[in-house]
Amino acid sequence: MSAYIFDLYIAGHTSRSRQAARSMERLCEERFPGDYSLNIIDVLEDPRAAEEEKIIATPTLVQRAPRAGRRIIGVPPDSETMLRALGLDALGWESANERA
Amino acid sequence: MGKMSGLQKLRTGISGLDSISMGGLPRERTTLVAGSAGSGKTILAAQFLAEGIDQAGEGGVFVTFEEPPRAIRRNLASLGWDIAEWEEQGKWIFVDASAQVSEEASLIVGNYDMGALLARIENAVHTSGAARVSLDSLGAVFTRFGDTETVRNELFRITSVLRRLEVTSLMTAERMEEYGQISREGVEEFVADNVIILRNVLEDEKRRRTVEILKFRGTSHQKGEFPFTILPEQGFVVIPLSEIDLEYESTDLRITSGSKEMDEMCGGGFYRDSIVLVSGATGTGKTLMVTEFIAGGVKSKERCLLFAFEESREQFFRNATGWGVDLRPMEEAGYLKVVCEYPEVSSLEDRLIEMRRILDEFKPQRVAIDSLSALERVSTKKSFREFVLGITSHLKQMETAGLFTSTAPTLLGGESVTEAHISTLTDSIILLRYVEIYGEMRRGLTVLKMRGSQHDKNIREFTIDGRGMHIGKPFRNVGGILAGNPVQLETSEISRLGSMFEG
Repeated sequence: MSAYIFDLYIAGHTSRSRQAARSMERLCEERFPGDYSLNIIDVLEDPRAAEEEKIIATPTLVQRAPRAGRRIIGVPPDSETMLRALGLDALGWESANERA
Repeated sequence: MGKMSGLQKLRTGISGLDSISMGGLPRERTTLVAGSAGSGKTILAAQFLAEGIDQAGEGGVFVTFEEPPRAIRRNLASLGWDIAEWEEQGKWIFVDASAQVSEEASLIVGNYDMGALLARIENAVHTSGAARVSLDSLGAVFTRFGDTETVRNELFRITSVLRRLEVTSLMTAERMEEYGQISREGVEEFVADNVIILRNVLEDEKRRRTVEILKFRGTSHQKGEFPFTILPEQGFVVIPLSEIDLEYESTDLRITSGSKEMDEMCGGGFYRDSIVLVSGATGTGKTLMVTEFIAGGVKSKERCLLFAFEESREQFFRNATGWGVDLRPMEEAGYLKVVCEYPEVSSLEDRLIEMRRILDEFKPQRVAIDSLSALERVSTKKSFREFVLGITSHLKQMETAGLFTSTAPTLLGGESVTEAHISTLTDSIILLRYVEIYGEMRRGLTVLKMRGSQHDKNIREFTIDGRGMHIGKPFRNVGGILAGNPVQLETSEISRLGSMFEG
């Protein structure tokens, strides 16, 4: 059972979708190797999934574990930005304000 | 004729809107509906879909950015529509893009687009086979996403997709002022070629709702603001005043005023389809004229409808008995319908719609309103004029004779505000005046105008007794009656005036 579970919603095979997918894959491999699950959902192929989760923008990353419900929109310029958004510091640990 | 008529329209089914838009909304295009808070945008957006389902069996998709679906279901339920039922039948689909309060707010970390929203809308259109889509409201999108340029681009993309899907759509947006910028964000006009503005203006301490079609690209529409109201069971009801075709088929047929002498003064009676205004100070005999008008109609086997705003039904019947007219058997036989109400109870717009409904139901040959002044007191000038326009046009279309009373402001006469407003809308005007002569108050009446007919130009004295109105001889040697200053003329003055007309 992975500690980190993410659903990444993208719209079609665009460069934006590829960028979002690749940068998240890279981040997960670097920070949580062997301990993550990243599902990529193409809303064009599965609009009902988008409807269920009420996704509007793409890419939208929805974190399921360890904190369920966090949503992050857009392709991050770098992994630090994404980590910060996930409440993690550069080493992948939960940052101070998260634990508080 | 040429380019203007090329683009097809989709009839909305919303009362009056199809009239002022001359056929409905531009088909397969997006129309922007901009309005201030409380102007009725969400209701219009929802009704657009509701009428599609109700009247044309066409499905609809409601994309909501602001209110959650349950709030919209609730609001429309109060108007008499069961959205949940339509959802079950697959005719109405919500695309819920409203803010999810229970979730944590989304963080925006980089570039994005609204591909997911688009995919959801497209999926919903395919599933329901929708021909109509409503998006409510754009302001909420800008507030949540903040990034104007991305949002604007994506809205444009959405309208393009809707066009490709061949659906006719309606998008709502907020405005901050009633007579200023089209919308708060100022960008929406770039995504829609067609713009409708809803206003809810405070004027003389009264609310006035209007709808204006600002522009339609490539197709015609009526210009200017039109009043509307929102009623339970009906929703939006627009009052299309300009629909009034002033060229009615006029008839030469005459009907009795209820008084033989009056009929003579009018050259044979009132015209079948005319609107007569009776003006006079309180107590001059206006209600008596209404009573005789009704009695005369019933005697000719005509159905009469009375809208009474000055007196109660009992009072009216009692007065009539005092003049020798028993209205009760007429009412019982179904020839007379009396509708009494306090003028303050509804807005004039609602009142007009209600009166038209009663007219269409009862189908009278004659209608009397006693008095217009009572209605004027509780409205703004504009609303009042539009009301009179609306009711007279309806009567004209039904070829029904109308008698309206108005109260002159002073005992001896002078021009009342009511008359100034509406004298051009009526076909005949009868004035009732008190005439002070030798310390006595006598009564005079005259037919001031009678469109299309010769009429008696004299000011005749009349009396009222237990058998009604008796019109007698013209006043001689008295001038200034209509101005409210009856003055006996000296004999020398008479001969001087007389000489002016000799030869």
